[in-house]
Amino acid sequence: MFNIIKKEALNPTVTRMVIAAPLIAKKAEPGQFIIVRAKEDSERIPLTIADYDREAGTVTIIFQIVGAGTMELNTLQEGECVHDFVGPLGRASETEGLKKVAVVGGGVGCAIAYPVAKKLHEQGCEVHTIVGFRNQDLVILEDDFQAVSDKMVMMTDDGSHGEKGLVTQALERLISEGNQYDEVIAIGPLVMMKFVCKVTEKYGIKTIVSMNPIMIDGTGMCGGCRLTVGGETKFACVDGPDFDGHLVDFDEAMHRGTMYRDFEQHAREESCNLLNMEVK
Amino acid sequence: MAVQRNMDPKKTPMPVQDPMVRNHNFEEVALGYTYEMAVNEAKRCLHCPKKPCVSACPVAIDIPAFIERVANEDMEGAYEILTASSALPAVCGRVCPQENQCEGKCVRGIKGEPVGIGRLERFVADYHREHSAQTPKMPVSNGHKVAVIGAGPSGLTAAGDLAKMGYKVTVYEALHLAGGVLVYGIPEFRLPKAIVQQEIDNLKAIGVDIETNMVIGKVLTVDELFEMGNDAVYVASGAGLPRFMNIPGESLKGVYSANEYLTRVNLMKAYREGSKTPIKKSKNVAVVGGGNVAMDAARCAKRLGAENVYIVYRRSMEELPARKEEVEHAQEEGIIFKLLNNPVEILGDADGMVCGMKCVEMELGEPDASGRRRPIVKEGSEFVLDVDTVIMSIGTSPNPLIRSTTPGLDTNKHGCIITNGDDGLTTREGVYAGGDAVTGAATVILAMGAGKHAAKAIDEYIKGKQK
Ligand SMILES: Cc1cc2nc3c(=O)[nH]c(=O)nc-3n(C[C@H](O)[C@H](O)[C@H](O)COP(=O)(O)OP(=O)(O)OC[C@H]3O[C@@H](n4cnc5c(N)ncnc54)[C@H](O)[C@@H]3O)c2cc1C
Ligand SMILES: Cc1cc2nc3c(=O)[nH]c(=O)nc-3n(C[C@H](O)[C@H](O)[C@H](O)COP(=O)(O)OP(=O)(O)OC[C@H]3O[C@@H](n4cnc5c(N)ncnc54)[C@H](O)[C@@H]3O)c2cc1C
Ligand code: SF4
Ligand code: SF4
Ligand code: FES
Repeated sequence: MFNIIKKEALNPTVTRMVIAAPLIAKKAEPGQFIIVRAKEDSERIPLTIADYDREAGTVTIIFQIVGAGTMELNTLQEGECVHDFVGPLGRASETEGLKKVAVVGGGVGCAIAYPVAKKLHEQGCEVHTIVGFRNQDLVILEDDFQAVSDKMVMMTDDGSHGEKGLVTQALERLISEGNQYDEVIAIGPLVMMKFVCKVTEKYGIKTIVSMNPIMIDGTGMCGGCRLTVGGETKFACVDGPDFDGHLVDFDEAMHRGTMYRDFEQHAREESCNLLNMEVK
Repeated sequence: MAVQRNMDPKKTPMPVQDPMVRNHNFEEVALGYTYEMAVNEAKRCLHCPKKPCVSACPVAIDIPAFIERVANEDMEGAYEILTASSALPAVCGRVCPQENQCEGKCVRGIKGEPVGIGRLERFVADYHREHSAQTPKMPVSNGHKVAVIGAGPSGLTAAGDLAKMGYKVTVYEALHLAGGVLVYGIPEFRLPKAIVQQEIDNLKAIGVDIETNMVIGKVLTVDELFEMGNDAVYVASGAGLPRFMNIPGESLKGVYSANEYLTRVNLMKAYREGSKTPIKKSKNVAVVGGGNVAMDAARCAKRLGAENVYIVYRRSMEELPARKEEVEHAQEEGIIFKLLNNPVEILGDADGMVCGMKCVEMELGEPDASGRRRPIVKEGSEFVLDVDTVIMSIGTSPNPLIRSTTPGLDTNKHGCIITNGDDGLTTREGVYAGGDAVTGAATVILAMGAGKHAAKAIDEYIKGKQK
């Protein structure tokens, strides 16, 4: 059983959990993910390994409560257990040989971007981070990023924290100021990654994105996570989740992501009703 | 005891749920013989001295011997004979392609219908499960450890045999449930999950450890399994990686691999009222392919409420690889067979949803390398099938997780693990492999047979090392 050692709310919709999973902690690398099932009959939810502690044998996950599955996961408290916790899945991010990198995170994507930034920092790479949120209330991991960045830019859509504007604006500015990046790593909503790639394409900078399509097994068995990358079909769970952003068909990925919108809407309303009933 | 032979040219019919009722539920289609029916059918066997049926059974069950026990109403005796050769008789009796195996060679099949060997096998196993109070005995330990990767029929069979020889066996399974295709692929209406679960419980009762959520190659590697003190490793990780056709439109919403569709329905229980697993509510469904997997996907789609479900297959009925019984059941349930048709493009609407499938008609030409007549496109035969869901069921291959993390383990160009033949030894010492991981998608009984052979070879290997 996988004990929840620690649970805290990072903002009203984002939760961090530290989970005891010694075997996974031993192997985990930035860029990899786990699949969690909160309870016996829950959905399988893929979440990035946001941090790990090999000695303590723990794995940290950070998740946004977006639907029925994550809502259910969030009902579990410290001291309780998640039913299933499997990983580390996917390929680790490639960081070798990088000297100067811009890490661009958007929203909860920052949770996915943080471990890579940390690893790059630890191996002596110069790290510039640009993180973007809709507003101040949604900001997460600010201090964590600060600690692993040589330069950090905070952006919010409404200017309530840091600068007002989009991460792409900040990235363009840093590039035009003469920063020469070996690579840009962009992790966030699909639209954000798409536009970051548009910017870097212009400057010819290699760009890695982390793709989070709908997944079931995470072992290459269902094909549900397939994407078109450079004209070829790839399975995000075994071939990714990191891909060359300039080759990814983002429009297709955006379409596929909305496959179950109606069903999810319904499931979410039901869960909310259940939660409301419990509250009453 | 002399038994009055039953010379009826036809098999004792199998009671089934009415097709128009069952195509709306997920309960088992074939209801199984009653005691009287089983005894009556058993009396059709001629006890041929040459036993042609046995030679066509991949695990060589002593068929006339077990059938004779049934005729004599010694059901426990029959069960013992079955389990001497097969680890999962309740499963094989239900899903073996009998017409190509045991029953295909049955002498009674020459002038009439063969003896219902599969049906009798199923009856005996079910009867035992329902009437026997025996709890399996814990074998005496021999102090050696073996690891098995994958809890499908092949891995479970090897684990059972090794445990009975006294090995401490741990089965590592990637998913959250053991059973392999038996739980995530084959639907409830063909193979009730409670039966699979009981077989798994029996293994646990003889000391087999089953660790779920363990993706080997990721959490632990084969090398680490050896470091942990295992004397040998059996790789039975199946062939789960789905193939697509690489035609335009395969990424549209509403295109599934059969594995995804069936996993959502079976493993994630989308078929249950109020399930948390999303699955598309489809009106018109095309399933591309003609194997058992295609039949299962089509019949699931029908049960989930689709009005029209098509099997789109590029050859003719004769080449259809699915079990005969499943094809008949599918037809009775109203599945429409579009044979000699091949998709060339899947069409989508502005929202990226499937709104049709462009197909061409085919003709059969000369036999190809596989001996089957090669389908050729009929000029100008293009048409659009009105569908909102497409399920691709054109085959699978082994996933790369183990081969890419195990040095010294050779695979062929299809990703199948190379072994030295029957005993399953791979190119690496102490590592054995079998089932779909070696053969590519095949059958339950072949996967089980491979597990049996490997268990024997592993035992000899470990004993040989001690000398
Ligand atoms: C490799 C990977 C890593 C991820 N890492 C994180 C992370 O670190 N933090 C985080 O908050 N989220 C992460 N996600 C996304 C997270 O898995 C989904 O938000 C979650 O599954 C939604 O489940 P739900 O039932 O709460 O919402 P639902 O109501 O099911 O869906 C809400 C939204 O999530 C999307 N979604 C639904 N199911 C999945 C699924 N199985 N995989 C991906 N997206 C899905 C839907 O398209 C929809 O837009 C990751 C996804 C992947 C594939
Ligand atoms: C829908 C469907 C219907 C079928 N119908 C029939 C039928 O009617 N009759 C018949 O004879 N055959 C049928 N088959 C084929 C039959 O089920 C397979 O040939 C058989 O299950 C193969 O057994 P296996 O043990 O080799 O592999 P599987 O049953 O595939 O089991 C492999 C197991 O290994 C696990 N695994 C994979 N990778 C790893 C890893 N890295 N670490 C740990 N675990 C791993 C998988 O999750 C899986 O549980 C059908 C198949 C399908 C998909
Ligand atoms: S195991 Fe399969 S082939 Fe062998 S006797 Fe039973 S049904 Fe026939
Ligand atoms: S071939 Fe048929 S009749 Fe002959 S022994 Fe086998 S099952 Fe009986
Ligand atoms: S999640 Fe099933 S193949 Fe990737």
